[in-house]
Amino acid sequence: MVHHVAPYWNPVLETLPRAKLRALQLKKFQRIFAWAYENSPFYRRLYQEAGLEPGDIKTFEDIRKVPQTDKGMLREVQSRPPFPYGDILAVPLAEVTAFRQTSGTTGMPVYQADTWQDWEWWAESWAYILYAQGYRNTDRVFMPFGYNIFVAFWAGHYGAEKLGCEVVPGGVLDTQARILKLQELKCTAFMATPTYVLGMADAARKMGIDPAKDLFIKRITCAGEPGASIVATKKRMEEAWGCRVFDHVGATEIGAWSYSCLHQQTDLHVNEAFFLVEIEDEKTGAIIEEPGIPGKMIITAFDRLGKPCIRFDSKDVICWSDVSCACGRTFRSIAGGVLGREDDITKVKGVLLAPTAIEDVVRSFAELSYEYEVVVTRKADIDDILLKVEINPGFEGQEERILSQLKDQLRVVTNLGYRVEVHPGGTLPRYGVKAKRFKDLRTKE
Amino acid sequence: MENQEMIDRLDEKITGLRQAAQDVMAICGSNEAVRRNIIKIMANIKMLELNISDIKDLAEVS
Repeated sequence: MVHHVAPYWNPVLETLPRAKLRALQLKKFQRIFAWAYENSPFYRRLYQEAGLEPGDIKTFEDIRKVPQTDKGMLREVQSRPPFPYGDILAVPLAEVTAFRQTSGTTGMPVYQADTWQDWEWWAESWAYILYAQGYRNTDRVFMPFGYNIFVAFWAGHYGAEKLGCEVVPGGVLDTQARILKLQELKCTAFMATPTYVLGMADAARKMGIDPAKDLFIKRITCAGEPGASIVATKKRMEEAWGCRVFDHVGATEIGAWSYSCLHQQTDLHVNEAFFLVEIEDEKTGAIIEEPGIPGKMIITAFDRLGKPCIRFDSKDVICWSDVSCACGRTFRSIAGGVLGREDDITKVKGVLLAPTAIEDVVRSFAELSYEYEVVVTRKADIDDILLKVEINPGFEGQEERILSQLKDQLRVVTNLGYRVEVHPGGTLPRYGVKAKRFKDLRTKE
Repeated sequence: MENQEMIDRLDEKITGLRQAAQDVMAICGSNEAVRRNIIKIMANIKMLELNISDIKDLAEVS
């Protein structure tokens, strides 16, 4: 008997007509709002202060009256008793079965509580992602990440198991050992950050292993950084490994809400059956429904009960895509993945600059290594952008031409001028998991 | 979209699973081996409800 021949994990939800999907979203928002109001002291207080109670949410317009939450609020609530989550939980502490925390790159880490059902929901969300990317029960999936307090690919592990994949946990192995295990077990897929995908390829080549020829990887799923939705970075990864590379976006406090399917290059579907994504104009606060207009994401996870996530301002900047995906899913897509974080996209020399745009240019140059660093400083009220790059072996003596072309391309794409420094190969910082390549030092001066 | 008749039939069976799990929970007393496994089973039943039962009453939406 042949199973899983359909292209969808759940055709009922993934091809639901838009009118029904929107009706489902409204119904599910009402349900999670009422759940949080009735069970979480934090949310009840928030909503009572806004003069809202469950019966008040009748339309999408009503949803927009619901107060937003953000990471600062989550930090504040967990600083108060009861330990360790504050009074935000909507279940008794005894029902919490999993602890995770955010990485803390933007401040004090936020603690995340999940019940057993919440973990089942995490795995279910990942099952949608992996099935859409072609994972099946014939895949042997390697997980080269440190299984620890960060959610990272934990749920990817359980999502892959749910599909029936054979999952190989590569937790405490070093990169070389992981590559040898990939080879030994003929693994067909793995999941990692774009930085680590490229780093692993580099390490493999140094071991005399060409990932595209000597290994058996058919697909890679990325998370944690925007690289798999940046054309040049995605191309580098696909060429290095000789396989398809897919993206996924999620967050500890939210869940796994977005993913690319077999038909997409840089757009990502939103799992609209499990999440409500609203895009808000940063200046006017109006909700943006039209494609192509970036705004900040406000997101609700409909089915996460332990520590609900309702109208959470993630600081991610996204925009709707105008491309109707050939896969047949009725879920809308965002264009180019997450375009940046509200606190990363910044004005330099009076021009809005998204660090992802710099990455796309740098990684489109075959003459340059995948590592780079951008440092923005201010001297005498004048902004300065220093871009540090490495030139790949074989291109020595062509520095002048490469830098000239690089500066031209950067000016065309970002409308800004750069000072460029060439560093010896392998000397710029290498990152194991999430990279921090854009450093804006202006506020510290 | 799958036809409504199939969704209704699936929902009926899922409702039966939920009821059976609740019945077992109600009579298991202090037997933790039963209680904790039923909690896990009910989490899986919830996933079936999210995937199927939630849209049962949307048949009239067009």
